[in-house]
Amino acid sequence: MSEFPFPPGLVLFLGAFLLPQVQGKARTALVLGLPLLALVLIWSLPAGSTITLQFLQYALEPVSATAVGRLFATVFALAAFAGGLYGLWRAEPDGQGGYQLREGNVLELGAAYAYAGSAIGVTFAGDLITLFIFWELMALSSTLVLWSNSNDNPKAYGASMRYLLVHLAGGVILMGGIVWQVYASGSTAFVNMSELDSGAHWLIMAGFLINAGAPPLSAWVADAYPEASPSGMVFLSAFTTKTAVYVLLVGFAGAQVLIYIGLYMVFYGIFYALMENDMRRILAYSIVNQVGFMVTAIGIGSALALNGAAAHAFAHIIYKALMLMSAGSVLALTGQRKCTELGGLFRYMPLTAVFGIIGSLAIAAFPFTSGFVTKSLETSAAAYAGLVPAWFLLLTASAGAILYIGFKFPWFVFFNRDSGLHPPEAPRHMLWAMGFCAFLSIGIGVFPEPLYALLPHQPVDYQAYTIDHLVTQFQLLLFAAAAFFLLLPQMQVTPTISLDFDWFYRKLLKYLAREFSLKTMDARRLLEHRTLQRTEKMAERLYHRYGPQSVFARTWPSGVMVLWVAVLLAGSLVLYYLR
Amino acid sequence: MSSQLPALQLVIPLLSAPLCFLIGKARIAWAIATLASWACAAIAVTLLLRVNDGSVIEYAFGNWPGPWGIVYTIDRLNAFVLVIVSGIAAVILPYSWPSVCREIPPRLHVLFYTALLLCLSGLLGMTITGDAFNLFVLLEISSLSTYTLISLGKDRRSLTAAFQYLVMGTIGGTFILIGVGLLYMLTGTLNMADLAHRLQPLEGSRTLQAAFAFLVVGFGLKLAMFPLHLWLPNAYATAPSVVSAFLAATATKVAVYAMLRFLFGIFGADFTYNQMHLQFLLVPLALMAILFASMTAVYQRGVKRMLAYSSLAQIGYMLLGIGLANLHGLMATLLHLFNHALIKGALFLVMANIFYRAGGTAINHVTGLGRQMPWSMAAFVAGGLSLIGVPLTVGFISKWYLIQASIDRGWWLITAMILLGSLIALVYIWRVVEAAYFKERPPDQPTVTEVPLWLLIPTWVLILGNIWFGMNAEFTAGVAEAAAATLLGER
Repeated sequence: MSEFPFPPGLVLFLGAFLLPQVQGKARTALVLGLPLLALVLIWSLPAGSTITLQFLQYALEPVSATAVGRLFATVFALAAFAGGLYGLWRAEPDGQGGYQLREGNVLELGAAYAYAGSAIGVTFAGDLITLFIFWELMALSSTLVLWSNSNDNPKAYGASMRYLLVHLAGGVILMGGIVWQVYASGSTAFVNMSELDSGAHWLIMAGFLINAGAPPLSAWVADAYPEASPSGMVFLSAFTTKTAVYVLLVGFAGAQVLIYIGLYMVFYGIFYALMENDMRRILAYSIVNQVGFMVTAIGIGSALALNGAAAHAFAHIIYKALMLMSAGSVLALTGQRKCTELGGLFRYMPLTAVFGIIGSLAIAAFPFTSGFVTKSLETSAAAYAGLVPAWFLLLTASAGAILYIGFKFPWFVFFNRDSGLHPPEAPRHMLWAMGFCAFLSIGIGVFPEPLYALLPHQPVDYQAYTIDHLVTQFQLLLFAAAAFFLLLPQMQVTPTISLDFDWFYRKLLKYLAREFSLKTMDARRLLEHRTLQRTEKMAERLYHRYGPQSVFARTWPSGVMVLWVAVLLAGSLVLYYLR
Repeated sequence: MSSQLPALQLVIPLLSAPLCFLIGKARIAWAIATLASWACAAIAVTLLLRVNDGSVIEYAFGNWPGPWGIVYTIDRLNAFVLVIVSGIAAVILPYSWPSVCREIPPRLHVLFYTALLLCLSGLLGMTITGDAFNLFVLLEISSLSTYTLISLGKDRRSLTAAFQYLVMGTIGGTFILIGVGLLYMLTGTLNMADLAHRLQPLEGSRTLQAAFAFLVVGFGLKLAMFPLHLWLPNAYATAPSVVSAFLAATATKVAVYAMLRFLFGIFGADFTYNQMHLQFLLVPLALMAILFASMTAVYQRGVKRMLAYSSLAQIGYMLLGIGLANLHGLMATLLHLFNHALIKGALFLVMANIFYRAGGTAINHVTGLGRQMPWSMAAFVAGGLSLIGVPLTVGFISKWYLIQASIDRGWWLITAMILLGSLIALVYIWRVVEAAYFKERPPDQPTVTEVPLWLLIPTWVLILGNIWFGMNAEFTAGVAEAAAATLLGER
């Protein structure tokens, strides 16, 4: 036990700056050692706030350990460990059926560790100012993770800029809320604000929700994450949205409005994942979907629901990392992201496939995986709270998620028809990272008690493995599986046309959709054109008014300056005379 | 000896200046100037620590007691400003040697250091003196040497800029002289404390009101109050790099201080706010400065020019603090004197670094420098964050109090304007950051390396100051609060 309570997040944050200085074995040791050191610190800190700093007239509590904060910090450290291991080296196909390894992008790895450190910092923030500082550090370092991929993926640059804009906007909203809150209440404490009885609370919640991928800005998740490198996306998916879940859990547990926002996110994720062809975008949409479950549970606000949200976040970070690692290996070794270009890889990358399937089973909440023992807490909470529509929608969404995320990803990537790609098996360090996550996913699924013991509301008297639960879940899975394989022919491209009843939903709907999009296309173009024109005109006007040749920027002759002096002096003299 | 410190504060740089000139060797002149600036900084810090308990040091020159002789009066407020001015000088003078060698022809080096020392003594004297006419004399000393310093710039436009500043500065000086003359006419005294005492019964006097108007406009010119700022962008943009850094960090600050001294020390807060209603002049002008100058900064091609426009906006914040007419507002003004000196000093030193290597400071000189001059550009980012007002930097501290002052008043629109100003600052700082880090070096620009440690250390001293005083604001905020309370007559 350390005498001086060292902030655990700082270990990773400062360690990130050491990473570029070391090479070879030392680098490996540092990458793997830092998260473990952070983990030790997380658990060696006594509960409650241990450091108080004075800033202006406010007390800052940068190291304040709570049960739920520690839970999130733990999984962040684990995710950093797995992601660090996965990103140690990058694999590239060498063109002869094998791969070559090169050192992972040091900028990305450093930024990712700073990012993980800031995320852990948020979970230990006892006051709003500390929280905000780490929040912004997170936004900057995660942008850097994305941006560092610009050399390999030219789209990453634009994506990182859009990502930064969204998060800076979110940061400004959050800062406005925090300043308001601190000023109105005179305290910087980060407390439950779920009554939403002040504008400050709404602003703070909006700032949090933007990071969670809530409407109307949900699109940033799927816009930004897939452009990151394989390892970069593992990091990105783990921290930003889940820190948002954490702060919502602490600050807004029981705020009704979150139920509706969460449900929207759940269905948003499903619908877009359904239409998507890019495997990594499917996974990105599924993040929104899964975070939607957590946000809904937070909105319900009962002890069971909050435990469910926390546990689900914990499990989700790990199995989503697992799926992304699996998808990332496929991307790295084939260079393909589109479902239509992939398929049949099971034979060439069996281990990657098995790990990907374990991740998919977990996301589908298959019994004996971490998804089963955590997600059921949330659905049960909805049922116990008497929120029948919410319960029904969550169950439907579960089935939908199974269908379009749990099955679609492994099926189209690893099975389906043979795509003619013959990549080698993923390199060993990536397999180890995946193995680590798979081990945790199954371990938690089989022995949920240690995780339950960490949950914020104790005691957890919840039994995941009852006959009732198992039967319900198997029914759901069987139904989803049946639906998936029945609908499969519709998802494939078929050259023949058969006029049958399916015409209604295959052709008519498609036709209607196309008609609709064609009709609206004109309107949209017009709107875009007008907005563009208006923006251009405004930029022109601004340039005219403030640019180098404008009134304000021109170099004026001395006479004009003197005139101003005279105007000001005469003006004030006249005013004083008249007074 | 220690009782002579107030005199030494001015006498050391004032006598070092002719010494430099007489010796005539550039390197020795530089060494003398550096040592003098360090001595000044040490004296200023000692004085501040001595008066920080609220006491006032009175120093009568030649043992002629006031109001007949010239008296130097040191309280918290001007000791604070003395620390700002001499501290910045102590950081910039060691820095100046390599930079001056690059930018100024060798035959002028001795003159440069002589002029810089004169300027320093003028600024310090303006701050320390308790005599209204003495203040004018020292103002002219500092102004005349400033014109010389600006005209030494490599850019040929620096001559016109210096000439324009000369015309405007002289008008400003004349106005101040007229104002002081009117006060002398009314009371027969030039001692500030005595003036304050004797002016009290004269509040309705037209002469007094005219004096007030002349002084406000005169100081407004010297501190570049919108719309009397037109001389400033060219002067800062074309002056030698070191001079820009020194002037941006000190000259306008001292002018703000002198205005505060006249407004509150002589006329009194009640007369200024309740009878002359100065806030109705200052607040709109300050807001216009914040908005228009910031917007203009966004479109500048030269980064130094951009920083000059940003300085105008920052002066707007300081005037806004005065215009808000409450404790927090005045406190924000005083804090921003200190904080802005750190911010702009650091940023202009980064520009000096870039000029030293790349030979210019237009945006295309800066493009792609992120990798080639990592430490300098990192300093720019840190200083820029401070300028924007990001927490943990000094910029945040002054903005924080300013926002509080506006909320105290219940003027929400002004709060929004302050935040808008920060947002625009983000835009213009980002332009430079984007060019430096996210763009390739243009082919017509030379590939450069990082500047030597001798130049980096002063730059980073100021940057670390930005962060240090941003995290430990108790000392500066404490001094500023006490000084603001004294000015408002609350304590």
